[in-house]
Amino acid sequence: MNIDNNGFYGDFGGAFIPEMLYHNVNELKENYLQIIESESFKKEFKYLLKEYVGRPTPLYFAKRLSKKYNTNVFLKREDLNHTGAHKINNTIGQILVAKQMNKKRIIAETGAGQHGVATATVCALMGLQCIVYMGEVDIKRQAPNVARMKMLGAEVRPAVSGSKTLKDATNEAIRDWIANPVDTYYLIGSVVGPHPYPDMVARFQSIISEEMKMQLQEKTGRDYPDRIIACVGGGSNAAGAFYHYLGNEKVELIAVEADGLGITSGETAATTQVGSEGIIHGSKTLLMQNNEGQITEPYSISAGLDYPGVGPLHAHLFKSGRGTFLGATDQEALDAAYELTKLEGIIPALESAHALAALRKIDFNANENVVINLSGRGDKDMETYIRMIQ
Amino acid sequence: MKRIKETFQTKNNILNIYVTAGFPKLNDTVEIVQELARNEVDMIEIGMPFSDPLADGPTIQNSSEIAIKNGITLDFIFNQIIEIRKTVSIPIILMGYYNQVLQYGAKSFFKKAKRVGVDGFIIPDLPLDIYQKKHKTILNDLELDMIFLITPQTTDERIRLLDGQSSGFLYLVSSYAITGSKSDLQQNQIDYFKRIQNLSLKNSKLIGFGISNKESFNTACNYAEGAIIGSAFIKALKDSNNLKESISNFVKGIKG
Repeated sequence: MNIDNNGFYGDFGGAFIPEMLYHNVNELKENYLQIIESESFKKEFKYLLKEYVGRPTPLYFAKRLSKKYNTNVFLKREDLNHTGAHKINNTIGQILVAKQMNKKRIIAETGAGQHGVATATVCALMGLQCIVYMGEVDIKRQAPNVARMKMLGAEVRPAVSGSKTLKDATNEAIRDWIANPVDTYYLIGSVVGPHPYPDMVARFQSIISEEMKMQLQEKTGRDYPDRIIACVGGGSNAAGAFYHYLGNEKVELIAVEADGLGITSGETAATTQVGSEGIIHGSKTLLMQNNEGQITEPYSISAGLDYPGVGPLHAHLFKSGRGTFLGATDQEALDAAYELTKLEGIIPALESAHALAALRKIDFNANENVVINLSGRGDKDMETYIRMIQ
Repeated sequence: MKRIKETFQTKNNILNIYVTAGFPKLNDTVEIVQELARNEVDMIEIGMPFSDPLADGPTIQNSSEIAIKNGITLDFIFNQIIEIRKTVSIPIILMGYYNQVLQYGAKSFFKKAKRVGVDGFIIPDLPLDIYQKKHKTILNDLELDMIFLITPQTTDERIRLLDGQSSGFLYLVSSYAITGSKSDLQQNQIDYFKRIQNLSLKNSKLIGFGISNKESFNTACNYAEGAIIGSAFIKALKDSNNLKESISNFVKGIKG
């Protein structure tokens, strides 16, 4: 389940980039493993995850939810991380890489603003310049996160091309990198983009399943669950939750995509269901496109899942059959969010609510152990929740 | 393969003009290319509009968006080239992104391109090793050229590698910038051109990115066999009320 020498998971991955990016990407490729496997890096990374992010996050046994679904449901509480989601696991890791490589200027893309906030946060922490590209449309609909990034000292630049959303913000960030190759580090937010990004981001997020193993051992007497459920947009939280179980066939890995208004509605972000093989943002993977190869615009109520591709690892899990891919519509996700709030007193992010929605779609045996990766908290989604409850 | 090679053997100060297919109007491309040829442009690069063109700047991306809205498709472009080839004999190079080629089916794409009279390709996000493994044989068989880019950051070692795999010519990206973002050539760019000159490469070279007027064109011609102009021409088309006149004025402004 690991990448080969060229950065491929089976048929997917690689680095399909113009020559203008070759030097930058190659520089990272040549250095990332050596940096992140060094003792000094590991020490600082672990230190910051513990003291600054607040790890380990609890593996919480959700008693009332378990009763309702007649099985043992555990929630991996990534929502309790500093900044409110798993995203910061990755930005802490990459900012340390950027520092090792002597980069002074950090750029990032963001959709809902979660990765932008997590990047602006670590840049403030390290005293580095931060520029976040965000689609003009997303800037309007995610105002609180824009304000947070600005307060943290980041410059938020609107992406005005194309559909003016995450895909275009990513294009703009890549262009910035082409124009500023020497001093700039591109801090990508998911397990997408050219090799080595998918592998590097998955490694940083793998702390999720690393902790899960110890916590399950302690709570259940076995270091693996029967199933792990996680939502997939680009797929970074799922990559982290699956990582240490990729080779353990006893664990069913369940990825939940955003069906939007339904996979046949034309308004969906369920890439594996409506997509096909191709290239997006420098990676060969599954993506939503027309028969001319033009990348089409996804839709989901959740801005974090509103991406027309999936990371190459997930494309491989899908094609090889190692992963189970389910979908949840906007409405199903909303219902699941309300249910978790009522039963457990936890308001989840809309993204994570898609993973929770899978509970209704699976026939559980009575004594299974199921882990749901609760990737983020719902503060940022309150406006949507309030609007939908009325 | 012949047309590009012959052009470099018989001409100096080669002017290669880029035009986005299907822009400004879907059916304008045939006339634009015919006019460029009539005004003695030496080579044509036809852009296949793509939704997510990583290596293009805002001007060309914007023209691509318009062309896609106009309804441009690869088959439509091939038909336009059939029309163009009835009167135009200068080399035609197709520029686009690898996903477009993959979705069309690479073999069919290259064969069809050959049949309609295309001479070569620029596919910026096609990795060198994948080209060698999957596409080089068919391009050689069809006598089509694959043109690779080099940039100021490309090491001498890699330049030699790209020179070895490229045919037709090498595309020298003039600066770090993406297309259409610089107005004249700086000293560090000229140092880079000189460095390339000293490598004695097998391929001819055209300089692109940031060439927008007579001055930058002439400078480029001092260090390479010619230059490629894209964004500046697209801007001229965008502002034009009379395509024929605008094209003639534009080319005269560069070469006259």
